[in-house]
Amino acid sequence: MSHGTQIFSNAWLHNNPAWIQLLGLCPLLAVSTSVVNALGLSLATALVMVGASSSIAMLRRWIPDFARLPCFVLIIATFTTAAMLLLQAFAFELYLSIALFVQIIVTNCMILSRAESFASRQSLGASVIDALGTALGFAIALLLLGGFRELLGSGTLFAGMSQLFGPSAQAWQLDLLTEDWQIRLLSLPPGAFLAAGLLLAGANALINRISRSSTEQPESAGDDAPQNQGQT
Amino acid sequence: MADLALILLGALLVNNFVLAQFLGLCPFIGSTGRYDTAAAMGLATTFVLTLSAVATYVLHHQLLVPLGLEFLRIIVFIVVIASVVQLTELYLRSTSPLLHQVLGIYLPLITTNCAVLGVALLALQQSLSFAATIAYASGAALGFTLVMVLFAAIRERLQDARIPEAFSGTPITLITAGILSMAFMGFAGFGV
Repeated sequence: MSHGTQIFSNAWLHNNPAWIQLLGLCPLLAVSTSVVNALGLSLATALVMVGASSSIAMLRRWIPDFARLPCFVLIIATFTTAAMLLLQAFAFELYLSIALFVQIIVTNCMILSRAESFASRQSLGASVIDALGTALGFAIALLLLGGFRELLGSGTLFAGMSQLFGPSAQAWQLDLLTEDWQIRLLSLPPGAFLAAGLLLAGANALINRISRSSTEQPESAGDDAPQNQGQT
Repeated sequence: MADLALILLGALLVNNFVLAQFLGLCPFIGSTGRYDTAAAMGLATTFVLTLSAVATYVLHHQLLVPLGLEFLRIIVFIVVIASVVQLTELYLRSTSPLLHQVLGIYLPLITTNCAVLGVALLALQQSLSFAATIAYASGAALGFTLVMVLFAAIRERLQDARIPEAFSGTPITLITAGILSMAFMGFAGFGV
């Protein structure tokens, strides 16, 4: 099992798709305007990621090497279509606000890169663990950025969760900042670039400081970075 | 005609695909380290993007709608885009080896450029006519090229700047993109 845990922590932490490898930036910046959008896209991406990785791991014996990329893309496109139809059926309001980016999951380089470098070479179990870890890493980055931008841009957290969890979730909304303290820019497009840049710089500064004060393993340095982003 | 010009300008400047709609960020961050790379990537994308928008329009209205298969559009569109990329490469190789040498390594990457699929889907979502789709796609493609070239030029200047340690690398790139995006917000409300 320790092998499994190592694959998992490699996938979500040391090779985090969003903040180490910078894959899948388009959805990360576009959908991070609120926590609910971020959560919706994270779930859809996780579904496609796990579905595509496990099918590719199961089918890899029959996929000829020269035609593997078209095959992978078709498998990913199939699961993207399924995710789109599921969101339409169960969370239509949410689908309307992130529709384009749900359909564009198919061109998310993160999924194709995991398929090519991991799922096409490893067993089914390892591929599923790797896919879950990668999806979790992507979700953490997306939710942090979404929370940061929602809090500072419109002063709320968890607004509109009822789109995903039904009417009882309306009470989850937290109004934390009054209008005087909100930074409108962060909910506009330039704010996405600025917020992502600032969070990444903050994480870098923390990692630099920790690795300078003690020569610890990169695990602990990487571990602290996302926590810091959450407190910001 | 004026309508088409407005659609083109709107996609080019006001709703710029990279800076306002976050499509095609991977090449925007990944291949703007050098000016000539960025220009070549922009040119190749312009060509593929316009062609595939036309091809997906025709396929959607002539094949998917009559058969009632609209829900298959993602699968069909990604195949169309991959084929257009392949055809472009074959055509360039036989007609203009020089251009093929310049654009060669960038062509395969365009298949996973979400701007190409994004333009096809957005043109469909707004139910544009055939001519309007062409105007929209060429505006989007030119806007992509413009931003790639602008950003590459800024990044070449940034190489000589002294940047705080924590900001060096990706953070300063993202913040520069944010400032460029603010500049493009100045076009908001212009003509559209």
